[in-house]
Amino acid sequence: MAAAKRDKLGRPVVAVTGIGIVTSLGIGKSDNWKKLSGGVSGIKHISRFPTAGLRTTIAGTVGEVYRENMSPAELSERVALLAGEEAIAESGIGAKGRFPGPLYLAPPPLEIEWADRTAMAEMAASDADTTYPDLLRVARDYAAGHGAFKFGIIGENLAEHFGTEGSPVSLNTACASGASAIQLGMEAIRRGDCQAALAIGADASLTPESLVRFSLLSALSTQNDPPERASKPFSKNRDGFVLAEGAAALVLEDLDHARARGARVIGIIEGYGEKSDSFHRTRSSPDGKPIFTTIRKALADAGVGPQDIDYINAHGTSTPENDKMEHLGVSTVFGEAIRGIPISSNKSMIGHTLTAAGAVEAAFTLLTLQHQRVPPTINHAIPDPAISLDVVPNVARDVKMRRAMSNSFGFGGQNVCLVMALEPA
Amino acid sequence: MSGRREVWITGVGLVTCLGEGLDANWAHLQGGDPPAYDAKTFAPYVVHPLPPINFDRQIPKKSDQRQMELWQRIGVYAAGLALNDAGIAGKPDLLDGTDMIVAAAGGERDIPADTGILTGLRKVAERGPFLNERLMSDLRPTLFLAQLPNLLAGNISIVHGVVGSSRTFLGEEAAGVDAVRIAQARIAAGQSELTLVGGAYNGARWDVLLVFEQSGAALKNAFAPVWDRGASGGFAPGNLGAFLVLESREHARARGARLRGRLSAVVSDRNKRQPGDIEATLRREWETIAEKVDRMRAVVVSGAAGLQPATAAEQSVLKEIGLPVRNTGTYIGHGMEAQFVANLGVACAVLEHGKLFAPAGTGDTGANPAEISQVVVTSVGNWRGEGLALVERVV
Repeated sequence: MAAAKRDKLGRPVVAVTGIGIVTSLGIGKSDNWKKLSGGVSGIKHISRFPTAGLRTTIAGTVGEVYRENMSPAELSERVALLAGEEAIAESGIGAKGRFPGPLYLAPPPLEIEWADRTAMAEMAASDADTTYPDLLRVARDYAAGHGAFKFGIIGENLAEHFGTEGSPVSLNTACASGASAIQLGMEAIRRGDCQAALAIGADASLTPESLVRFSLLSALSTQNDPPERASKPFSKNRDGFVLAEGAAALVLEDLDHARARGARVIGIIEGYGEKSDSFHRTRSSPDGKPIFTTIRKALADAGVGPQDIDYINAHGTSTPENDKMEHLGVSTVFGEAIRGIPISSNKSMIGHTLTAAGAVEAAFTLLTLQHQRVPPTINHAIPDPAISLDVVPNVARDVKMRRAMSNSFGFGGQNVCLVMALEPA
Repeated sequence: MSGRREVWITGVGLVTCLGEGLDANWAHLQGGDPPAYDAKTFAPYVVHPLPPINFDRQIPKKSDQRQMELWQRIGVYAAGLALNDAGIAGKPDLLDGTDMIVAAAGGERDIPADTGILTGLRKVAERGPFLNERLMSDLRPTLFLAQLPNLLAGNISIVHGVVGSSRTFLGEEAAGVDAVRIAQARIAAGQSELTLVGGAYNGARWDVLLVFEQSGAALKNAFAPVWDRGASGGFAPGNLGAFLVLESREHARARGARLRGRLSAVVSDRNKRQPGDIEATLRREWETIAEKVDRMRAVVVSGAAGLQPATAAEQSVLKEIGLPVRNTGTYIGHGMEAQFVANLGVACAVLEHGKLFAPAGTGDTGANPAEISQVVVTSVGNWRGEGLALVERVV
């Protein structure tokens, strides 16, 4: 019997044996990869609801999955389910409805929606102004027809569908959530608590209010025409991110377990770094320290140095603040060498998939390694002279790569970096 | 896995309707003082609001307080109490490496904005554009930050400087149990030395009541102890902030920290909530810790919330187990994600004082043992979230 495979710190090695992806580019990783590496944008004018009166009228929606009147909870669950099914099928792990490990899910934070509130107000039909006590009066009757709101519902339904083990964990670290879900799975496998874990990031929560909230923080691009040109990370004329929907699922597995059952290993997640920022609720510390500390911790956890990184999947939101700070962060860690490392932003094509982004972009990073091709940063017409990075402008590039990292940063001082590599011999 | 390390509770921070701090809460519980609840403001619903709290004491900057809604202020305040209790507040060298897991819901609504828009919507033909315009004009930009679940953790980082790592778990009571479970597991396995774990809840809110009226979970009957709320029962939402500082024994010893209790086990699981499922899950969880329990010196602090049939199911399993039982929900109400953490804090007080607090209702059974060295803490959620923990005195 072969000796158990351990990483440089003596821990189980975390392999990825299945990936599933849904984005505005399509359903499934084959379609997604074809378009992503082809420089295709999934950003369109919003057709799900009227956009009159809004400053931003574009988004990257999962139009192929959406059905009339689906709530954010239903749509997010649906894309999570599609991604999970694809990942589990590829992995070949467990049996149908019996995934041999826990679920770590990054869902959007749920709320009762305006559609529900409005319908309850109609039911209450008060002559005077509508009040919350009016809504409460009809809440039970309304729920009898529509189901009662439950915050943890997506995780519960997915756990039931996939037959994952134990209490499903739903988590939120804002725009780093998807990466945090992967981290939790890695930690559980490294602890020896389980030999496999299902990590899913899913967010399909585009509503007028979700758009308005980001709009009021001046976080969104308002360059609505043409939609596909709005997301332009690292460009001089970048003016905000484009809100988007999507999901990715990764089957994480102890490498020994994967090899013992003859599974095909897509890649290894070698390490993660995490460091909180206490500077401000929405802005990064101006010295970039939390960001570069996060990256350094990820490299240390993976047992590698900056010279071992062949590609960086940027957080690259296309906001003036993020891209500047990310540039500072990677430049601090990699020094002059950063000019020779391709760094591209998937968000230029798929927009910002929020709580899903960390998982979606980790999945794309693994596909990048697998295909030995770096997807481009599209819409890069006017480079920002303050940002000296090789952003792989506009056209994909074939690059020989063995190891890559993916950055995720979020409101509330959340910073996560994942280091991924091809399977070791 | 062998070689797991001991996990100690070295700090407790508690803010409830009974007051702030573990001692104030203990004094009230131990005295069996009447529960502090409000049946008028949200009648017919019963809630457990906070007494006046001077938030300045833990959140000195008014500008920080303005950026938070009440649930976040409660949480940041309780987190500060826990850090103080553990002796790590204001120590950047320790806080820099302190990890954080918060269990939260967020989503606090602006009630006047919501009702104004709803009233207007009913009068217009073109609802979509009207909603867009009113949202753009009526929503405060900062409200979003007060709604995001992870911004409790974010505010704790900003106000108290806890910046090791930060994760927020979602999903009612189960999120609280899993936050503690994973925090404990990470320290036991050497993935963390020092972790702040907890949650906060502002239950005295119309929007919270709307959510739980949908499922019929909110108490509408006259107030009674959680065990005795009639056929359908119900929980009385509380304002609650609860945090613990968890630490490896080695780390705690090295810095001379005071030990409040050893967190020896935390278990959670899900079930489909078919008849008998709650009982089966609790029995299975009990089996995982039963052999560690010294029946002569162990008691139960129950997280029963008063909702049926969940509370009756828990009561029947606790009867089988046969240890003395006390609940906190009658006194402090139900704080959802924060409840389990609060009860772990109360368990530490039980160990410290070596006795149980006053019984409240028919499920609080059994007399004070001569000595208490172990406390089993339960969670049975309003629709999921069955969990158990074992807290022990270390001699």
